[in-house]
Amino acid sequence: MRSLGQLASEAKFNLLGFRRSPAATFFTVVLPLIFLMIFTSIFGNDIISSTGARVATLYVPGILALALISANFMNAAIVTVIRRETGVLKAMRATPLPPWIYVGGQVAASLALTALMTVLVIGIGWVGYGVRVQPAALPSLLISLLVGAAAFSALGLAVTCVCPSEQAAPAITNMCVLPLYFVSDVFIPSEGAPRWMVVIGDIFPIKHLAHALGHTFDPFSEGIPMPVSRWLIIAAWGVFGVLVTLRWFRWTPRG
Amino acid sequence: MSDAAHLAIEVTGLAKRYGDNEAVAGVDLSVSAGEVLAFLGPNGAGKTTTVEILEGLRSRTAGHVRVLGIDPAEATGAWRERLGVVLQGAKHEGDFTASEIVTMWSAYYRSPRRVADVLELVGLRDAARTRTRRLSGGQQQRLAVALALVGDPELIFLDEPTTGFDPAARREAWETIAGLRSLGVTVMLTTHYMDEADQLADRIVVISRGRIVADGTAAELARHAAMPTRVSWDAAELSRDQLPERLRELLAAPAASGPADPSEVSAGVEARPTIATGDVDGVVRELLAAARSVGTRMDSLAVRPPTLEDTYLALTGDGFAGDQS
Repeated sequence: MRSLGQLASEAKFNLLGFRRSPAATFFTVVLPLIFLMIFTSIFGNDIISSTGARVATLYVPGILALALISANFMNAAIVTVIRRETGVLKAMRATPLPPWIYVGGQVAASLALTALMTVLVIGIGWVGYGVRVQPAALPSLLISLLVGAAAFSALGLAVTCVCPSEQAAPAITNMCVLPLYFVSDVFIPSEGAPRWMVVIGDIFPIKHLAHALGHTFDPFSEGIPMPVSRWLIIAAWGVFGVLVTLRWFRWTPRG
Repeated sequence: MSDAAHLAIEVTGLAKRYGDNEAVAGVDLSVSAGEVLAFLGPNGAGKTTTVEILEGLRSRTAGHVRVLGIDPAEATGAWRERLGVVLQGAKHEGDFTASEIVTMWSAYYRSPRRVADVLELVGLRDAARTRTRRLSGGQQQRLAVALALVGDPELIFLDEPTTGFDPAARREAWETIAGLRSLGVTVMLTTHYMDEADQLADRIVVISRGRIVADGTAAELARHAAMPTRVSWDAAELSRDQLPERLRELLAAPAASGPADPSEVSAGVEARPTIATGDVDGVVRELLAAARSVGTRMDSLAVRPPTLEDTYLALTGDGFAGDQS
């Protein structure tokens, strides 16, 4: 009971800090929505004759993946590095707060942001661009979001282990994901891309997340099995993140 | 030991090695409940290492340590409930207000003090709604003390609470720390300022190069260091050659030992002969007699007793060995 209260308090203050940080708010909330509008403007939103769905149906899952990664990976990693380098984490270690509640509070805050972005992206897609969610695929959507959020939160903590300073954190986290977006069907479809690009996209978890989320919007998804293999690949990356974190995470400043 | 129950901190033979470097080399230390102890020493003497071992934030190489009856290496949440820690150069998350941060931290403890009470205690009531990035250095430090106090601890560690502060901020921090005494908490503070230790603490323990070199009140330390008084005058009034044989031998040799006091460098060692002595009366009488015999006056004669700083430098060996690293 007390742990739950502490968890809620941590999550609440994480969200408050997020709201007061213009950079975090812009990159996690505003930028994905701008991308959604830009892509649908450039590529149009016609009905794809083969499926009967609109072109935006291809973009909504990618943008959702982008927002999820921004909230759980980028934002969490940058905040954690700042807290580590300013000695806040070290001071926290000297309090009775169990480390898992600190981490749990941050994950809970990222989950809340993910939920907000899911509603916003799907809502705008629905109202603005006629994108429809297949009701039968809602459980699949939920599982994809949870698996993705958990895995990218773990990777977010893992990446702090290679960030030497607060200044390096935004650059390093962007370096990890930005190039991958281009080979992961987030910005542009990888159909017809060179073989090596497709392979790289298949190795890392972003493409699998985008496709697992895309399953929800697939007009034929009622008859398609759940994207279990994609979840497993994403989860495997999450386990990798947990292992790196357990081995190399530090609470004390590196600088 | 019968008084073990009254000891908040009990340390024997504490050592910490980093490779070949022995940061802490056999420290013995005891702090009674309710006592304010200053842990004094130059940078790199092993203060922070020692304190962080006591806080359970650092491992040790050897030694017996009990803090509030528990070995910090086996720190539990229940033990941390009884402890308050202010780290060196504590910073806060700039986007939160002082009140928000104290509220956030109060959730970490089982029976926290009221947020408003804590802010009042450290004199931050008027800054409660200010984002911490806009607080002054002194206010940031007081907020750090507030975070250490919010859990209502029995023992508080303060690591160099005023390093880098201007005099006004220092004064502020001192008032806050002095206020802890009225709460009845045990305080262990580290500092490299002798005056700070003298001002705030019941007892001073001096550490140098990983070893305890003195333990007592400021007056006891001065006696322990047995620092001589310095008698100096203008060479124009009485030159070296005009001194009687005995006094000439007592003269601080200008070139050999180097300047014992930095102020003498600028003043010019040649221009102001100096005698360091425990027998002020005898030396001054002889000087005046020597002056009279050559027919000059000693208007420039100065007698300077040892300062806290002299005592400190003598105890830590920096004034003589000069290899502070």
